[in-house]
Amino acid sequence: MGANTAEVSREKLWDGGSAKPMGASYGKMMMWFFIVSDALTFSGFLAAYGLTRFKFIDLWPIADEVFTHFPFLHGAHAPMYYVALMTFILIFSSVTMVLAVDAGHQMNKKKVSFYMFLTIIGGIVFVGSQAWEWKNFINGSYGAVQLKDGKIIQFVEHGHQIALADFVVADHEQVQHSRQNGLWFEKGETLPTYTVDEVITGFKAHPEVQVRIEKIDPSTKKKIILSREESLQYLSQSARVVEGANLEVNEYGSSQFADFFFFITGFHGFHVFSGIVLNIIIFFNVLIGTYEKRGHYEMVEKVGLYWHFVDLVWVFVFTFFYLI
Amino acid sequence: MGHEASHKAIIWKVFGILSVITIVEVGFGIVKPAFLFSTQFLGTSLLNHLFLILTLVKAYYIVWYFMHLGDENKSFKYAILLPLIILIPYLAALLLIEGDYVFETLATFANWSY
Repeated sequence: MGANTAEVSREKLWDGGSAKPMGASYGKMMMWFFIVSDALTFSGFLAAYGLTRFKFIDLWPIADEVFTHFPFLHGAHAPMYYVALMTFILIFSSVTMVLAVDAGHQMNKKKVSFYMFLTIIGGIVFVGSQAWEWKNFINGSYGAVQLKDGKIIQFVEHGHQIALADFVVADHEQVQHSRQNGLWFEKGETLPTYTVDEVITGFKAHPEVQVRIEKIDPSTKKKIILSREESLQYLSQSARVVEGANLEVNEYGSSQFADFFFFITGFHGFHVFSGIVLNIIIFFNVLIGTYEKRGHYEMVEKVGLYWHFVDLVWVFVFTFFYLI
Repeated sequence: MGHEASHKAIIWKVFGILSVITIVEVGFGIVKPAFLFSTQFLGTSLLNHLFLILTLVKAYYIVWYFMHLGDENKSFKYAILLPLIILIPYLAALLLIEGDYVFETLATFANWSY
């Protein structure tokens, strides 16, 4: 594209070129250099995730078994469909962004503002979807038991994971220590619905339930399911009941899995949020005609670069957290 | 910057390509063909290599056509791409090899029978 490149003669290049080194304007070049450094930051995080995963390659949680929710389909086993939808939403908002840039090249204020508006909506929908994903991840859907040495065991019936509620009966009184009772303005840890003893009693009462451990069978690449006797031996090592996920422990397996999930998707979500704020500022600038007066819409192009970068990072996060 | 020809056609084409690749990825992720899933190559399954390649193809289309890096000067392209192409595989290779080593060293000490 002629408009983006400046003609510089060979002799001038040796004196540092024109006012536009490498043919890019100052702002655009700085946005690109920021993107390079941010890309390296994300690479560092994802490479650290790779290191941890290779370190625990024989017991890392399997994504299909963790992310199974889809809105309005309760209880349905829908692995990956939801994140695929999120990917589409983000790619589509990238398309409306690039259409806004394109309309900017033609100085079409009406179209730029329309496409910017769609981009902002897409971004908000994406962040909302991510919040919903986090909610499901934090609340958990099955519940598990943690052993004394930190291992997580889950419960299956005919090879499919079942929730604690399916075979355990809670028959104890418990008082959640909230800010309103006990010590003033202190609250205790959230108590699990069941105690370890109730889980063991429920397990003994249901002969069809088996224990699934974290270890992956290398030949089938599935988590190993124990026999009833072995299951009871594992249960005798129980330390506590785990429901959902936090930074310290989670029902899916290795605690570092949840740590990386929260940190990397959280950091990406924060980028999306910043992108929405930038887009809104530029959107209003377009509306009040700032760029019409300036004679070009390069500012839309610059935030566009950032927005596409956020999309690019999601493509990689999607691959490493959900596919691989 | 004056009036220019619209690039709408190429934008929608790239959107189509990105969508198809995403659908193919999700399809492979759900079906997990036995041959790709169980054949190990360079420390991971062929399926994972396929995902990685498809992801890089997607990244190429986003950077080249959405971020218009393809339209920049040659020197600018190199200034942006070379640091990434050199540093990221370097870091990833070192960390993954290290992770594999730590696994081989520590996994034998894990107790799986009670």
